[in-house]
Amino acid sequence: MAIDYLGLTSVSGSLLVLEGVENAAYDEIVELRVDGRERKLGRIIEIYEDKAVIQVFESPDNISLNNTHVRLSGRPLSLALSPDILGRTFDGLGRPIDNLGPVVSNIRRDVNGLPLNPVSREYPRNYINTGISAIDGLTTLIRGQKLPIFSGNGLPHDRLAAQIVRQASITGADADSFGIVFAAMGVKHDVADYFMRTFEESGVGDHVTTFLNLANDPVVERVVTPRVALTAAEYLAFECHMHILVILTDMTSFAEALREISSAKGEIPSRKGYPGYLYSELASLYERAGTVAGVEGSVTQIPILTMPNDDITHPIPDLTGYITEGQIVLDRQLHGQGIYPPINVLPSLSRLMKDGIGEGYTRADHQDVANQLFASYARVGDARALASVIGEDELSPIDQTYLAFGRAFESTFVGQGADENRSIEETLDLGWELLRMLPRTELDRVNTKVLDQYYPREPEEETAAEGEDA
Amino acid sequence: MTDKIYGINGPIVTVKDAANLRMGEMVYVGDARLVGEVIRLSSRLTTIEVYEETSGLKPGEPVESTGAPLSIELGPGILSSIFDGIERPLSEIEKSAGFYIPRIAVVKNLDETVKRPATVLVKKGDRVFPGTVIAEVPETDAIVHKVMVPPDMEGVITWAAPDGDYTIREKLAVLQLPDGTEKDLTMVQRWPIRVPRPVNRRYPAAQPLLTGQRIFDTLFPIAKGGTAAIPGGFGTGKTMSQHQIAKWSDADIILYIGCGERGNEMTDVLTEFAKLVDPRTEKPLLARTVLIANTSNMPVAAREASIYTGVTLAEYYRDMGYHVAIMADSTSRWAEALRELSGRLEEMPAEEGFPAYLASRLSAFYERAGMVSNLNGTEGSVTIIGAVSPQGGDFSEPVTQNTKRFVRCFWGLDKALAYARHYPAVNWLTSYSEYMDDLAPWYQTNVGRDFLGNRARMIAILTQEASLNEIVKLIGADVLPDDQKLTLEIARVIRLGFLQQNAFHPQDTCVPMAKQAAMLSLICELYDTCRSLITMGMPMSVLKESDIFERIIAIKYDVDNDDTEAFAKYRAEIQAFYDDVLQRNG
Repeated sequence: MAIDYLGLTSVSGSLLVLEGVENAAYDEIVELRVDGRERKLGRIIEIYEDKAVIQVFESPDNISLNNTHVRLSGRPLSLALSPDILGRTFDGLGRPIDNLGPVVSNIRRDVNGLPLNPVSREYPRNYINTGISAIDGLTTLIRGQKLPIFSGNGLPHDRLAAQIVRQASITGADADSFGIVFAAMGVKHDVADYFMRTFEESGVGDHVTTFLNLANDPVVERVVTPRVALTAAEYLAFECHMHILVILTDMTSFAEALREISSAKGEIPSRKGYPGYLYSELASLYERAGTVAGVEGSVTQIPILTMPNDDITHPIPDLTGYITEGQIVLDRQLHGQGIYPPINVLPSLSRLMKDGIGEGYTRADHQDVANQLFASYARVGDARALASVIGEDELSPIDQTYLAFGRAFESTFVGQGADENRSIEETLDLGWELLRMLPRTELDRVNTKVLDQYYPREPEEETAAEGEDA
Repeated sequence: MTDKIYGINGPIVTVKDAANLRMGEMVYVGDARLVGEVIRLSSRLTTIEVYEETSGLKPGEPVESTGAPLSIELGPGILSSIFDGIERPLSEIEKSAGFYIPRIAVVKNLDETVKRPATVLVKKGDRVFPGTVIAEVPETDAIVHKVMVPPDMEGVITWAAPDGDYTIREKLAVLQLPDGTEKDLTMVQRWPIRVPRPVNRRYPAAQPLLTGQRIFDTLFPIAKGGTAAIPGGFGTGKTMSQHQIAKWSDADIILYIGCGERGNEMTDVLTEFAKLVDPRTEKPLLARTVLIANTSNMPVAAREASIYTGVTLAEYYRDMGYHVAIMADSTSRWAEALRELSGRLEEMPAEEGFPAYLASRLSAFYERAGMVSNLNGTEGSVTIIGAVSPQGGDFSEPVTQNTKRFVRCFWGLDKALAYARHYPAVNWLTSYSEYMDDLAPWYQTNVGRDFLGNRARMIAILTQEASLNEIVKLIGADVLPDDQKLTLEIARVIRLGFLQQNAFHPQDTCVPMAKQAAMLSLICELYDTCRSLITMGMPMSVLKESDIFERIIAIKYDVDNDDTEAFAKYRAEIQAFYDDVLQRNG
């Protein structure tokens, strides 16, 4: 059976060195007992013959070179899983903290997970109606997608995520098989509370599994928290056949934790001190979203990250954007104007949108409306830049029209109530209403046929718009 | 002889006192026999890079040497398949392990059970040389596989099999080498992935690789056997551009390397290419495609190898006389794999933590492209199109800069264009192609004598637009003189009607060269007509009353790709527009 090793060779931060171990495996979990009482978990992160480097998940306080027993567990970090984990709350390592006792199950899964075989994946196509125009209309969320929210400190990303959870859960025929896995990494108590309350209020409380690593919890644990959460999500999705929405907040804290540990290990830093493997680490999390051919269930991810100094080129949002299938970018200026949700649609994108919208999914004109709104709103930016130099009055009539369009777009299309749930038809019709503010000749992204069908105003209004030639 | 594991740190495993191991040798590591490669030797420690997850490995487990460098199997069965970074078929892994890729996957590289009809082309007594085709095997509906004598062998055939159905392990011929030993030749040969397959000689670039994408074919063409880089921040459409080229380019074989990218994208390629029909062969595109998928969550060492696996497969088909195009998406992830491994080896970092040998590795990779005369006298090419994902969209980072030194075609993607949903978001001011001069004769003879002139005019108009826009930004467009307003208007027609291309439109997704040239010449004609009106004193506002500009912009949707006659109609319309303006305002 397992042997206890007493004593350590060295301790430096959260890294311990143990010599004289036998039969230890790379990546194995070890259990530490300090003074025979306090239990801590650690992981072997490097190993040389009989010398193992152990990383402790908890604070290394109280550990001395001769008061600590180390026991090898013989397996990598794993999580006990059963359908009963819904409605439960765990700490960042997957240990229950809701006083409801341990999860009884003989199913254990390695938290590192395994890569989904690209051959077995099914290309995500089923769209999720969130009831938020800027998302449904322009950056459509698809089941099995990973779509992060790029935010900044002080912006209402939590409110937006909560609204998505509330509204996405209500619609859809298989509402029963809908579940949420919520992983908090280094977030404040009140943020975690806010989410828990929202889940309760929206009636999905017993469909939520929560993993909490709060801001004052150990940093080493934080690196494991999303893995634990995603392991639970994969289990619920592909073995219990549920549609799981995973909310990971805040990815920035996760990356900061990686950096802290990497520098403690003395690794060579790359950009801004983050380790060179930040991309691989983030990818190994984000890539765990998806759907599998022939298996009911899906894992959809909404990671939230706060961009340091609102800088989208910072390594964390940058690398995230390269892995995820699009992003929803929040904008401080829109927020300042009182627009909620302050989604800046231009840098926002949903890569899977093209295959999940249109005839048979949403409505045939969806892609055209979206393209045109993007293009016209981009024109608004040019007009605004010009107006800031020469003044609004000096603008040509068409540029003035664009300014009016831009204002209307921001306040009525992007802006909506925190509990307003718009159907996709409402969103698209609203899009057309805005596009009708522009002369028909300006609508160069829309197919002539679609334009004929939707552009003319309602018959009772003045018939046939200007520039009719088809 | 076997050695024992000493240390483990991520994908890096060390072995003590193993003097018998050679640099680059493939080894099996641990009881689970994980594939690894020897990457560093010292008198005390040998360092091995392991291509699989090392979790659970223990010191003291055996390391088994194979005596050969990391090689892959080449033979029928490669096409239409999807492999991981070291040529293990993912569909076989799925059959044995379900929808997750397990830590340890032992599968055959190529299907050994299926019998394929072979036509044997040699007979007893024939003298054969490196590369001589000894048999032909139809591999897919679209491609005939040519079984060749390996590049390092020659001699006399002492026995040849009759035509018939064979598996890839059955011998097709027996070859007597000059030293008298006999070798069985089967459909399969092995080749080390880091060594370029030899060729007779290289040809200069002379033929374009047509992609059906206007911005590439007309403005920045790439030659068959050329190299190109597509750098761009996230969301600018690198992957989309590569998919479009993979779908529509006139290469015989497409090799798509998904290196550290998204799993869903590979699934997309896999399902879409199986559905789409190649316009030239009328067979599914998948019949001429090989996919290598090492997604971002698969082991990092195999990601480093996947680029070499891909280019070796490409060279093998090139040796048969095919034109092969490699899409590498993305080379930045490969460079990051280098960086990660280099970090674990505690090497001295150069710029941004990348190892100092980044540039030489990149050049060695891109130099494996080329239009060549093969050892067997056939002609073939390997074209490499590499996506680059610069951090923060900043092209001054080391991977983009070093790549730029070794490619001759630079298709820079632009965030501002992508935000305005102008796709393909290739910036026409910063992109370039050094192949244009080499390819000029081809365009002269095959497209038209006026094509190059029209192209130069288009670039001039776009460049003028850029400088005029600087003024417009300050004082607005209304105060410009009419001829400059015209330049802006024509530039708009070029941008919307020519440069923008809709990948989801059945006609516009791939446009033949003839239509591209006709569109270009029509836009130039419109420009000339308007110019002469403006010289006569007609104001731009009068010209803009006509819908001719919108009509020309809509050509990409309204005129079918093979409908060359429609252009005469548009010519007449321009003439009518001219007459009309003169009549009403003359």
